[in-house]
Amino acid sequence: MSHAKNQAERIREISGVNPLKCMKCGKCSATCPAFNEMDIKPHQFVSYVANENIEELVKSDSLWKCLSCFACVERCPRDVKPGKIIDAARQLVVRERGGNYLSADEIPELLDEDTPQQLLVSAYRRYKR
Amino acid sequence: MSVNNEFRPKIVAFCCNWCSYAGADLAGSSRLAYPADVKIIRVPCSCRVNPMFILRAFEKGADGVIICGCHPGDCHYSTGNYYARRRMTLLFSMLDYIGVEKGRTRVEWVSAAEGVKFSDTMNDFVAKIKGLGENVRLGDLRCKN
Amino acid sequence: MQRIGVFVCHCGSNIAATVDVKKVVEVIASEPGVVHAEDYQYMCSEAGQEKIAIAVREKKLTGIVVCSCSPRMHEATFRKAAERAGINPYMVEIANIREHCSWIHKDINEATEKAVILARAAVAKVNLNTPLTPGESRVTKRALVIGGGIAGIQTALDIADAGYKVDIVEKTPSIGGRMSQLDKTFPTLDCSACILTPKMVEAAAHENITIYTYSEVEKVSGFVGDFTVDIRKKARFIDADKCTGCGACQEKCPSKKTPSEFNRGLGTRTAIYTPFAQAIPNVPVIDTEACIKFKTGKCGLCQKICAAGAVDYTQKDEIVTEKYGAIVVATGFDTISLDKYDEYAYNQSPDVITSLELERVMNAAGPTHGHLERLSDGKAPKEIVFIQCVGSRCSDDRGKPYCSKICCMYTAKHAMLIRDKYPDVNVTVFYIDVRTPGKNFDEFYRRAVEQYGVNYVKGQVGKVIPQPNGKLLVQGSDLLDNKQILKEADMVVLATAIEPNKDVRKIATMLTASIDTNNFLTEAHAKLRPVESPTAGIFLSGVVQGPKDIPETVSQAGAAAVKVVGLLAKDKLMTNPCTAKADELLCNGCSSCANVCPYGAISYEDTLVNDHGIRETRRIAIVNSALCQGCGACTVACPSGAMDLQGFSNRQILSEVDAICR
Repeated sequence: MSHAKNQAERIREISGVNPLKCMKCGKCSATCPAFNEMDIKPHQFVSYVANENIEELVKSDSLWKCLSCFACVERCPRDVKPGKIIDAARQLVVRERGGNYLSADEIPELLDEDTPQQLLVSAYRRYKR
Repeated sequence: MSVNNEFRPKIVAFCCNWCSYAGADLAGSSRLAYPADVKIIRVPCSCRVNPMFILRAFEKGADGVIICGCHPGDCHYSTGNYYARRRMTLLFSMLDYIGVEKGRTRVEWVSAAEGVKFSDTMNDFVAKIKGLGENVRLGDLRCKN
Repeated sequence: MQRIGVFVCHCGSNIAATVDVKKVVEVIASEPGVVHAEDYQYMCSEAGQEKIAIAVREKKLTGIVVCSCSPRMHEATFRKAAERAGINPYMVEIANIREHCSWIHKDINEATEKAVILARAAVAKVNLNTPLTPGESRVTKRALVIGGGIAGIQTALDIADAGYKVDIVEKTPSIGGRMSQLDKTFPTLDCSACILTPKMVEAAAHENITIYTYSEVEKVSGFVGDFTVDIRKKARFIDADKCTGCGACQEKCPSKKTPSEFNRGLGTRTAIYTPFAQAIPNVPVIDTEACIKFKTGKCGLCQKICAAGAVDYTQKDEIVTEKYGAIVVATGFDTISLDKYDEYAYNQSPDVITSLELERVMNAAGPTHGHLERLSDGKAPKEIVFIQCVGSRCSDDRGKPYCSKICCMYTAKHAMLIRDKYPDVNVTVFYIDVRTPGKNFDEFYRRAVEQYGVNYVKGQVGKVIPQPNGKLLVQGSDLLDNKQILKEADMVVLATAIEPNKDVRKIATMLTASIDTNNFLTEAHAKLRPVESPTAGIFLSGVVQGPKDIPETVSQAGAAAVKVVGLLAKDKLMTNPCTAKADELLCNGCSSCANVCPYGAISYEDTLVNDHGIRETRRIAIVNSALCQGCGACTVACPSGAMDLQGFSNRQILSEVDAICR
């Protein structure tokens, strides 16, 4: 299995998302409050996984602009849940950086004005030890 | 009557009257050959196939049993093939457990328009059975002294 | 022991070229039960059939095996030949040595060997055959149509025109159904009422049609050809024979605040009301929940004003029992509830409406008298947004997984009509796909875009946010431009998914008609029997079978009518004798068989049995042979082996297995 394929497979596995279920209605992008901040839009997350273009996806700004508000997950008519893909992609990055899970002590130094607080909450929700 | 000592398996095929039996007829009228080892029994629906029939076949020396029915959703009786699928899944795993390999049993959906699929399926099934060799004969332990 | 004759056909050279027929005759002659074996060139020919007759006479045959082509080809031929020769037709079995043997094998030894085995299997089966007689059941020459919309009306008219009596049962006070609520119809844009009301009048005036409005089917028993149905005629509190339909009562009624069902709750109606002006029958009903007389005992204005003396507050529900040969289900559809779709603000703003509500708004007889206006403030909208697939194609629990089929077309229709009548109004349609298969349908949609300038945007709407200034902020996707669109609209119209009428599950249960997970009734065969239920004698008309538009509904209604007429034209029904039957000594009444029967053919009766001298009453499965189609699902489900299928019995099939594996 190629690296790209392997990564796409891991995203599918972690997120539980089946990108083939997407019928490209765009409701995720329509509902996303961070849409304008993103370079890759929520409805594109799914096709990046389907096309196994994970390299690009993890490099994108969107990865860290997504608020994990899960509006897209709530409203997706096909149960595809693009927000979960981003969550999984973040997890992939974090794991590849050597499994550096967050500990509560590290949070203060991560805080800066530009970081949306929801991101920290979401990261902590997902990656705490 | 076969001349050489090549292994000739005994294969029983249960075909539903509405789809698969007609598919076998189409294979015939299209002259699509498959081994003569396959003998077809006509049943009204795949759901008519009682697990007992399959056990009996293995008890009498069959090397393989295949059940053919209409495609899911196309059953003449609406839901018969779903019953067949569930029953056979259960039976096959039990057969596997008592030593009749999974490859000796099969459920296939063949429509009345799929003569090619019927013949391909039978060719493939016979080849698999030949690969597995002669079957163990199931014993009938009912009422034995 | 049977006396079996085996007849081996050459089929010219079709069989004889690859199967040594003489050898088959020679080998099969020594099988147990076989008293006669011969071969002939063409068994299906008259001479061939004569050979069977002669052998029956001379050898006193009780069973016949014909080794020939597929039973799907000539089983009927040989059964008839046997019957003419004086043997029960079900004592004939065919060994298929052409399609399943000579045509697919080349080696003559191999093919001959197989032909012998197939013949043996057939002989083994015939040894266990028993004579079977098709049953007969009578046919009541009257049909029932449940539902009085366009589907039910059309089906009833077609049946009535063929000369049979037909009754329509309609739940609401008038026939007409959904179509009567529509303003215009696609793709021709003719007025819905103009094409529907003449049909309603025709149905009401037809000598063969009886209409029960404000009535519901309460109980169904019996089977194909012989159903007995109880119909509850709900009390209208109006004597229909006296009422002249003058409408004075409705004018005077002081209770005027009830939301009008016909106007989808957008307008109000009185407590004594006819749903709409062209209602058939033109006889009002009293809504006891709204009526002041029923609530407080005071009032009684309608009774005082009625010159005909038709108002009768003491009227009671009435049960009519009638017999029918066939039942057509035409219960139609409703739009789904939008309670779970907060994002579209349907429950927050009166300016967010469904497409069916827009039909009423656009209709001259509707709540706004046909003027396009915002329901919140009555102002004329300048910016309208249509959202497609609201609840359709949703695999979550909020919506429906299927495509509602009609929305793309009616949305194009609405957009076009609005742009035509109000050219200064901007119309935007958010869509996932535009689906317009159908005659002149895609042309219609393209006209909306090219000629009327409707703005179609590929992408869904994420949310609709009511603004303090009364406008609606629509946030949607433009997937082709990869943009998020924010649009201020004055009105939002939701193409809401349709679902089968809420009552259909109850009705299907009464009829033992199968129903799918989406509450659509299942057809007997998706392609070949689309208007019949798998339950004999039950037919499907309109959206109850699946989403469809008016032309499709009318076609299907006609098709259902033909099937009904085909049934009613028979005096007696011959039933397939290969039906299931329970051995009463083995049956323990467990209900396993009834649970798998797709036809509701199995019931249970307390039966007196004599079990080896012990007489007792037991609960025994009884198969109704008029309903049983002979699939055999029950025979396998039966844990005690009591249930067996005649013509394909356990012993018969086992004997075939034994013969093949010998």
